[in-house]
Amino acid sequence: MTGLSPSPYGGQVPVLRIGDVLLVTLQGDLHDGTAEQLQQDVSEAAADSRVNGVVIDLSGVEIVDSFLGRVLADIAAKTRLLAAETVVAGMRPAVAITLVELGLTLPGLRTALSTEEALRLLGGASISPRYGRTRQESP
Amino acid sequence: MQTAGGLSACLPITSDLDLVWVRQHVRQAAAQLGFGLVAQTKLVTAASELARNTLVHGGGGQMECAPVNRGGVRGLRLTFSDEGPGIADLDQALRDGYTSAEGLGMGLGGARRLVHEFDIDSSPGRGTTVTVASWVSAPPRPREER
Repeated sequence: MTGLSPSPYGGQVPVLRIGDVLLVTLQGDLHDGTAEQLQQDVSEAAADSRVNGVVIDLSGVEIVDSFLGRVLADIAAKTRLLAAETVVAGMRPAVAITLVELGLTLPGLRTALSTEEALRLLGGASISPRYGRTRQESP
Repeated sequence: MQTAGGLSACLPITSDLDLVWVRQHVRQAAAQLGFGLVAQTKLVTAASELARNTLVHGGGGQMECAPVNRGGVRGLRLTFSDEGPGIADLDQALRDGYTSAEGLGMGLGGARRLVHEFDIDSSPGRGTTVTVASWVSAPPRPREER
């Protein structure tokens, strides 16, 4: 189902910057090492004073185990100390059900159903001209 | 190592790349047997927790995956074994919040909640073997046991 290679992210997960928000899109199956690298990359990027939020898109992730759960919680805790808020977006229902049964409710994480909603939660005023509704402009 | 499209396999667990293979194999085998999406996700997550225990605490080992059939109900049995230091106090290791390495302490106890059957055999110096099984439909045993 997930293709031939063991992971599309044997290397690194890109951390994109949109306005004053960092956007991280996780997909497929992450190596432990890749997840730890991501944690460091996000913390470093969040230390930039213009960042006030981090959105982690999990819609392409098929499982979150306690290791990845801890990585997400750690990212949220670290970015909070760096004055930025983390929102986890698009978690699949099966993943959410499994996490709760596993015993991980991740109380410190803010969540949103989609990346769009996450950006709104973070008050993405600075990005609305591009990502919000299109402006009515006469030709 | 792994037959194409086969359900039975014996996979080594010696690096975090192997954890990815374990998850993928269990996912494919469960899907092939007809597990629903939530059931697949639970079993793959349990396998990930147990395989990581094998790697981190057991110093590496292997996972055997085999289809099982009980009373016409199909299922998947996963056996994780290592020859590491073993576990002295099983009750403690299964308790939520107990952690010996850096983690959330949900590994063993959490994995047990995600499968229908869970069995652990371990003693100091003899390594650890964890066997779990899940069934495609409700587990074939009396409901009052729950």
